[in-house]
Amino acid sequence: MPGKANMIVVGMADLNATKSPGVLTTLGLGSCVGIALYDPHMKVAGLAHIMLPDSKAIHNNSNHAKFADTALVKLVAQMERLGAKRASLKAKIAGGAQMFAFNATNENLRVGDRNVEATKRILKEMGIPLIAEETGASFGRTVELYAEDGKFLIKAIGQGIRVL
Amino acid sequence: MAKTSAENIFSDDHLDILKEIGSMGTAHAATALSTMVNKKVTMPVPNVSWTDFHNIANFVGGPENIIVGILVSLSGNIQGMMMHLMELDAAHNIAELIIGTPPPKDKLNFGVMERSVIEEVGNIMLSSYLGSLAGLTNSQIKPSIPYMSVDMANAILSVPASEFGRMADKMLFIESQISIENVKFSGCFVLVPNLHSFYRILRALGVE
Repeated sequence: MPGKANMIVVGMADLNATKSPGVLTTLGLGSCVGIALYDPHMKVAGLAHIMLPDSKAIHNNSNHAKFADTALVKLVAQMERLGAKRASLKAKIAGGAQMFAFNATNENLRVGDRNVEATKRILKEMGIPLIAEETGASFGRTVELYAEDGKFLIKAIGQGIRVL
Repeated sequence: MAKTSAENIFSDDHLDILKEIGSMGTAHAATALSTMVNKKVTMPVPNVSWTDFHNIANFVGGPENIIVGILVSLSGNIQGMMMHLMELDAAHNIAELIIGTPPPKDKLNFGVMERSVIEEVGNIMLSSYLGSLAGLTNSQIKPSIPYMSVDMANAILSVPASEFGRMADKMLFIESQISIENVKFSGCFVLVPNLHSFYRILRALGVE
């Protein structure tokens, strides 16, 4: 993201954490899900861009940031190293779109839904409350997460900007 | 035998074979397209590479650039998906060249005719490549009808990437160029077989 010095870009199948005044962004979420966590007291934010729901179902699973289950564990650990307290963490999520209008019986073609379902399940298991989401539909999303106040900005083509 | 890693599996020799498939495929596609639009169509031999996902997004103008993706899902002996990617302007210009209507002011909008033409061009290119691949691997490949999406490159590429993400962070990337009446249009394909089909293709190429 050009022009913003404190903006950290999180790639696909990647994650990162930062303290205030840092900002995390990830570009063009499609079927992937952007998982934003923040600790409002310590002002620590973490963002993961996950591609697939479950590392255990897959042979090639060495990249922990690729899967909802392993990415969340890694992201929380990274945020704790920056001073975040797990008990204060809150979550916001975006993405999980179905980019093509398939009449999908093939489960791989509805990977967006499954990414969202898995993310919610794992957040629940970890005891992290999901306080806002913008998921599904059929368009891509770029998101920004502000460590200062946990503001989660969502941009989509032709739809303006929404703040969660 | 150790499971082959999907990360660095294709040698230059294998890519040459895949390029040869591409070459036959584009020859078929040029003929088919030329017949459809009744204009002179040429396509150079495509570049084929085993490319990191991020490089593909950059090839079509970066992760947030708006592109047109035409996707077919594959069934039969080779399953997975294949996608044709074009930049927004290229898609409008191809449609204009073929049906003669100028592009709309709002480039994000595609009229019914425009959409149909662009889907069909993508479909012809995809089917031609898949026909060659089926021949080489002695497989039956049944492509679905084409589906079109207009959005940010990353969002569109996330669909094949999550399919291929089960194995590797790379895709088979085929750079394509079409000239219609000497006007050049650049685009690319990505081929994303599922794991089983991936090994079938490798075996056919003599890789174990």
